[in-house]
Amino acid sequence: MSVAADNPALTSSLLYLDGVCVTFDGYRALRGLSLVLAPGEMRAIIGPNGAGKTTMMDIVTGKTRADSGDVYFGGGHDLSRLDEATIAELGVGRKFQKPTVFESHTVDDNILLALKAPRTAAATLFGRRPPAERERIDRILETTRLKDHRARRAADLSHGQKQWLEIGMLLAQDPKLLLVDEPVAGMTDAETAQTAELLREIAKDHSVVVVEHDMAFVRDLGVKVTVLHEGSVLAEGALDDVSADPRVIEVYLGR
Amino acid sequence: MGDAKLLDFKGLVFVAVLAAAAAIVPALTLFTPTASPLHVPPYLVALFGKYLCFALLALALDLVWGYCGILSLGHGAFFALGGYAMGMYLMRQIGSRGVYANPDLPDFMVFLNWKAVPFTWWGFSSFPYALAMALLVPGALAFAFGWLAFRSRVTGVYLSIITQAMTYALQLAFFRNDMGFGGNNGLTDFKDILGFNVQSDATRAALFSLSAIALIGAYLAARAMTVSKFGKVVIAIRDAESRARFIGYRVENYKIAVFVVSAVMAGVAGALYVPQVGIINPGEFAPANSIEAVIWVSVGGRGTLVGAALGAILVNFAKTWFTGALPEFWLFALGLLFIVVTIFMPRGLLGLFDSRRAAPAKAAALKSAPTAGEAAQ
Repeated sequence: MSVAADNPALTSSLLYLDGVCVTFDGYRALRGLSLVLAPGEMRAIIGPNGAGKTTMMDIVTGKTRADSGDVYFGGGHDLSRLDEATIAELGVGRKFQKPTVFESHTVDDNILLALKAPRTAAATLFGRRPPAERERIDRILETTRLKDHRARRAADLSHGQKQWLEIGMLLAQDPKLLLVDEPVAGMTDAETAQTAELLREIAKDHSVVVVEHDMAFVRDLGVKVTVLHEGSVLAEGALDDVSADPRVIEVYLGR
Repeated sequence: MGDAKLLDFKGLVFVAVLAAAAAIVPALTLFTPTASPLHVPPYLVALFGKYLCFALLALALDLVWGYCGILSLGHGAFFALGGYAMGMYLMRQIGSRGVYANPDLPDFMVFLNWKAVPFTWWGFSSFPYALAMALLVPGALAFAFGWLAFRSRVTGVYLSIITQAMTYALQLAFFRNDMGFGGNNGLTDFKDILGFNVQSDATRAALFSLSAIALIGAYLAARAMTVSKFGKVVIAIRDAESRARFIGYRVENYKIAVFVVSAVMAGVAGALYVPQVGIINPGEFAPANSIEAVIWVSVGGRGTLVGAALGAILVNFAKTWFTGALPEFWLFALGLLFIVVTIFMPRGLLGLFDSRRAAPAKAAALKSAPTAGEAAQ
């Protein structure tokens, strides 16, 4: 909190990473990564394999601890001290690269479990379910086009539907910040276009960070782009400017 | 929301059969003449009473393994601890009727030349105290174990190995005479329970009924838990633990809660088991016992509760038959059974029943629901 008081870049930010370093068994996954996300902003992060995109998400969500550097959320919460559940309750939602849903639950129940509600064992065992619950689930299923599939087991959904279900679960959580890791990997072109539309809709009232390899998809999103390379930021700006940057062309686009 | 009911068809049949058995079996054994075709011989009552205790242990194991994905290979420890608590009460009831006729000390303590009962035995003359200990001790051990293991995020095979080590360590400890629990021989030669002769037919019949009632109670409690939102979270943890964490559930607390409830149920099973078999010794902590319980659950059907109880009864029935007819083949048969079930019916006996009923419904669902790809075009 002491850092927060006198740093305007931090206090006005939603997500603030400064000089973050992470080493796994001698491999330096992040080397002084700095990134600032404004409230309400949507950002695409691109970069070749091993650039540190997923590690960055692990740092923000509390799965991995940074060796050094600052990680702040909402202007004052030091994420490097909190665990996954606390960070999730602060308002950070995460979508994994591989769709991760609760396979033996129905689509309905997957959304239900993600809905913003008390998370303690006592509350889920004895608590009453609010009457508005069903409407909220309906609205989310509408947005993610899963209404007709609500009674199916998540395991029986197609790959694309699972991705949407996972995005739907993020919406249900109603987080301030959504971290979305390669949402269109393995999707058909039509599904990809629909996903871009879905994310733009979500970005109207949430901050979103999207990690993606698919350049057509990133162009579709039409947002500010950050290029990562070997654990730090190589370039930042509009996609056209970034893709004109000779360093970016050399490490990533040129290949 | 399409939430599952507390009692589905299977559950209703299960509860009805148990309730009927609890009411009718004592009548058939006590009030029918021995020659009557309806007469249930007392040895069968005792045998099935024992099976019901195993069924309760299996149900407890299914709650943690089938629903939360925690494969405990040490559930026999909770069962044995509940059994020891009851055994200690039964020892104190012997009073001066022991071989050494010492009114203050159980025989084995006289034999070891002890002058007073150790503090661990304080209060065990009282039935309510012993009953409370039969619940509290397994519960407390499960809490301590869960606190350490689940908060350190030990999962999968590593967790299974630790549970196995836990029950083995307890077995070694209880073998020692200076632990004060009767050492190698354990506790036996029981006389009375609440003033009734433990060996009388009426007491046996009552214990049978109580075991059936305890199984009904535990089933309803477990079922209520698993169909609630709590249960959905527990299943979610089994399916995708990290997703549950990133959604904001404190996974370790849920695991501890389920583990403790399950351990308490196992303790109740042990407490009911000991007066029916008349002995408790460190052999009950044997790792093989806990592994056998896992086999009961997988034979009956993991994650079905009813199946777990059914599996325990069926496998133990087979065991009784084998150990009478072909004693040297029982372990081979058990091993074979486990392999056959794992390969050919991964969802157990009850799974076979379920998939037959669900198959047409699932086919219809597949036909009516287009895939995302089709929907997009």
